[in-house]
Amino acid sequence: MTKTVVLDHGAGGGMSQELISGTIASILGDIYIGEMEDSALLELPGRRIAMTTDSFVVDPVFFGNGDIGKIAVAGTVNDLAVSGARPLYLTLAVVLEEGFALADFRRILHSIRDTAAAAGVRIVAGDTKVVRRGEADGIFLNTTGIGVLERAAGLSSRALRAGDQVIVTGYLGDHSIHILSLREGLGFEQRVFSDCAVLNHVIADVLDACGDGVRCIRDVTRGGLGTVVNEFAQASGVAIGLTQQALPVRPETAMAADMLGVDVMYLANEGNLCLVVAPERTDDALKALRAHGECAAAAVVGSVVDGPPGVVRMTGADGREATVELLYGAQLPRLC
Amino acid sequence: MGAVRRTLRVTGFVQGVGFRPFVYRLATQHMLGGWVLNDAQGVTLRVEGPRAAADAFGRDLRERLPGLARIDTCEVVAEEAVRDWTTTFAIRRSRSDGGAGVLVTPDSYVCTDCVAELFDPADRRHRYPLINCTNCGPRYSIITAVPYDRPQTTMAAFVMCPDCQKEYDSAADRRFHAQPNACWTCGPRVRLLAPDGGEHPAADPVDAAAALLRGGRILAVKALGGYQLMADPHHADAVAALRARKERSAKPFALLAADSATVARYAHLDDHETRLLESPGRPIVLLRARAGSGLSPQIAPGSPTLGFMLPATPLQHLLLAGTSGVLIATSGNAPDEPMARTEEEALGTLQGLADHFLVHNRAIHLRIDDSIARIVHGPAEPRVTFLRRARGYVPDPVPAPFEIPPVLAVGGELKNTVCVGSGTSLYVGQHIGDLKTTGNQRFFAETIDHLRGVFGVTPRYVAHDLHPDFHSTRYARSCRDMEPVAVQHHHAHMASCMADNGLDRPVIGVIFDGTGYGTDGTIWGGEFLVGDYRGFERAGHLARFRLPGGDKAVREPARVAIALLAQHFGQDAAAFPLDLLRNRDPFEVGVLMKMTARGINAPQTSSMGRLFDAYSALLGVCQESGYEGQAAIELEAQIAWDHTPAPPWPLRLVEDEGRLVIDHRPWLEALLAGILQRRATTAELSRSFHESVVHAVAEVCLRLAHTHGLRDVALSGGVFLNQHLLVRTEAELTAAGLRVHTHRRIPTNDGGLSVGQAMVAAARATAQETAS
Repeated sequence: MTKTVVLDHGAGGGMSQELISGTIASILGDIYIGEMEDSALLELPGRRIAMTTDSFVVDPVFFGNGDIGKIAVAGTVNDLAVSGARPLYLTLAVVLEEGFALADFRRILHSIRDTAAAAGVRIVAGDTKVVRRGEADGIFLNTTGIGVLERAAGLSSRALRAGDQVIVTGYLGDHSIHILSLREGLGFEQRVFSDCAVLNHVIADVLDACGDGVRCIRDVTRGGLGTVVNEFAQASGVAIGLTQQALPVRPETAMAADMLGVDVMYLANEGNLCLVVAPERTDDALKALRAHGECAAAAVVGSVVDGPPGVVRMTGADGREATVELLYGAQLPRLC
Repeated sequence: MGAVRRTLRVTGFVQGVGFRPFVYRLATQHMLGGWVLNDAQGVTLRVEGPRAAADAFGRDLRERLPGLARIDTCEVVAEEAVRDWTTTFAIRRSRSDGGAGVLVTPDSYVCTDCVAELFDPADRRHRYPLINCTNCGPRYSIITAVPYDRPQTTMAAFVMCPDCQKEYDSAADRRFHAQPNACWTCGPRVRLLAPDGGEHPAADPVDAAAALLRGGRILAVKALGGYQLMADPHHADAVAALRARKERSAKPFALLAADSATVARYAHLDDHETRLLESPGRPIVLLRARAGSGLSPQIAPGSPTLGFMLPATPLQHLLLAGTSGVLIATSGNAPDEPMARTEEEALGTLQGLADHFLVHNRAIHLRIDDSIARIVHGPAEPRVTFLRRARGYVPDPVPAPFEIPPVLAVGGELKNTVCVGSGTSLYVGQHIGDLKTTGNQRFFAETIDHLRGVFGVTPRYVAHDLHPDFHSTRYARSCRDMEPVAVQHHHAHMASCMADNGLDRPVIGVIFDGTGYGTDGTIWGGEFLVGDYRGFERAGHLARFRLPGGDKAVREPARVAIALLAQHFGQDAAAFPLDLLRNRDPFEVGVLMKMTARGINAPQTSSMGRLFDAYSALLGVCQESGYEGQAAIELEAQIAWDHTPAPPWPLRLVEDEGRLVIDHRPWLEALLAGILQRRATTAELSRSFHESVVHAVAEVCLRLAHTHGLRDVALSGGVFLNQHLLVRTEAELTAAGLRVHTHRRIPTNDGGLSVGQAMVAAARATAQETAS
């Protein structure tokens, strides 16, 4: 038994068998219900399904309170859940770089199993590829998910109306700051941790509590809140007004962002939702959200307001109003 | 000597400035007959009579022109010899006023005749706060549409009383066709309001306002183009309160003084500066502060200059007469928001800033801030240069050096201006400011619409900056029916300086500013370009360094200094005995050094502005910038007014992909040696740094001049607001036999960008149209 991934692990022979059955299937245990056939054959309790796919590249692979495996499951589960679906099945594709420690791979598989169990989803099919040194960065994962739509109400970013309230469920920017700090050795990694979490149960609860009072939900990942809210405003052709002081930001994250000169509005999160809710259901939504530990910081941060369609503005602590732009690329210096 | 009948066509500022009554008086004096009328191009006139009289009339026409008028061209379009002639002269009905060729004139001061009437107890307009005549008063800010006629101004609501109407109708009167003509009987009125909008009880609101100012209160006062906040500069509490309320820790306040003699008590003033102060545009003039003048140091902390202006409105004259003759007069706006224009805006946005509001009901249609100018005492004749071009100068066009298609240019992001161009005119709009706030974004859009409307230009092209996230770029890309043209920031600067000097041949552009998006995705700002309007080659630049934290590094020059130290000396630099490092949390210094070393949110730049910031921070002059340019301004202040060169530090030029790169490491070593070995004073080191930059510019320009066969050098970019750098660079380049071009009519900073963008877009469009 080698200690690291070798090219023969991907050759399709005995070593491949050993890796798939002996390592992957055995660690995933009852979470894995694949038949080792060419396709998984599934029963679906309903006719409307949601399907999504995502690939995961995280540097570093292990971080303070999670790893690439947790993110790969939570990310896809959350994408299904924010569409109003109940997540059921995932596939798992793995690209391993020659030389990656098998112990690390096992750790990641344990994390995948635990996260899938927490979300209540099964892994139904998989794929493993091994590439030569330098052709990948340790490990890449891809998960594809299927869920069923059991609710009549369709969530849509085109459904926003005047007076609707914008809610954010967790502290902004923690994931970005944690990962960046860990990767570059900046020293914030012990003070700010990733917010990575599965959120399908929270979403089910909030939809139960508010019914069609929830207009739409979005997983606030890459691009941050600034991007999500701009997409909402553009899709619905409305103006959105945010209040800077209402944004949930940890003081440690704010300090780190200030030192790094980045804007928390555009930082990535991994367990943070942005919901738009009818004004009369806002209290119900907040109550349902705050009942879950990962959404304890849920807060109303803005609303749909009168103004030019597609434009997001934010009122600062000093009362001044500025446009929250949809960034073209990375944050660039604008001062001349 | 026979007699002639001569027809002349005159263009320039010849409508709405009392030009026809002037022609009438002149013709009558010379016993000439004929007529004068306004038409779409300007003015057409005919005189008939003895040839000698007609010639004398022609000379006087140019030499005795009324204050606001300006003749751009005067052409004899027909002439015939006649035997008999009439001696009656008539002002004829206009053919059609306000065609595209007629210039809408800038707002103007109060002429000496009106000032005399204002203070004459026997005059019917004694102390009337909105007195004006054809030779003075508001124009651009009250025009709602063209032609310039009372119903198309914000005076439309006021019906003239019989006395005013008589003046307005009488060709010989100073108020003949004075569109804003008004008096106590029929005109707008001034009121003094409390912050809640209620009337402050006072027999004379202006007297009461002056008393409040003397008592240390802060007043919002309606001026020509918007509200100003006024306070007594001798009242320490008032100055401190104004600073606190405007959230302005350090940026200097402008001062308003009754006359040049008053200004001379506080600042040094030469003839050129006096003339500029007294000119009808009434700009804020930056002057060398007089030591021991008794003025609060809080007016302009850390700056050796004071900004003074003379009154531009009758109301200001009256307030100055009722106070000590000098007042703080700063723009009435919340930070980064546009200046309040209406009474509602003033009461809304200046709530908490002003204690009382001195308002009147002549509406301002388009807000326009005060202009800022100074005299450059360079190697050549002293000349005027603008830091901000607005009231008193806009919309006077900058002439385009060749015929251009209709084009709109939307400027940059900070110090924004827009420009509408067509034919041979570039109409640059007034200073708008930082486009971050929604208020300024609205002002930006309104200004574009207004300029297009009054000059009747339907642009085919819209020029914008390369920076993808500028509000102006987004605006340009959303314009329909216009072809967008992206123009590199420093190319636009170079083109603006070329247009400002009427050049249309290849030049070497030395473009030094803070930040501009480069064609390679890095941030440029210390650039040597070779090219013309259509295109450029980046022939040289400052060696790159990093800005840890992006914009944050712009506000905190110390970050740039730490980045330079980290780049050249690695982590060891953290232990250097520099105040800059000692005053900072070591954890933060560590983070900044890592950000620099690993390029984490630390974009690369070749910016000269940022290099000045870094040296200012290294020398302990300025670590944090409270307003744009503060660090560089205070670094220059170390050696202000004395343009003696110091020996430069060693120059190292390296070649990189055919470009000349100024390696500034030897400068950093020399500076650190100077600081750490205490071999030189801060002032001496500042002077050496300035001279090192001058030396580098001269060397690079000479090499480029040689390799490209060029002699013209255009200097542009905000860094050239630095007088010492400008004067020394000009002197060195001139001594080396090069022709140096600097800004004259438009600012060297980003306020001039839109003109350059317009010219680049126009040149490319013309080339394209010719080719196809």
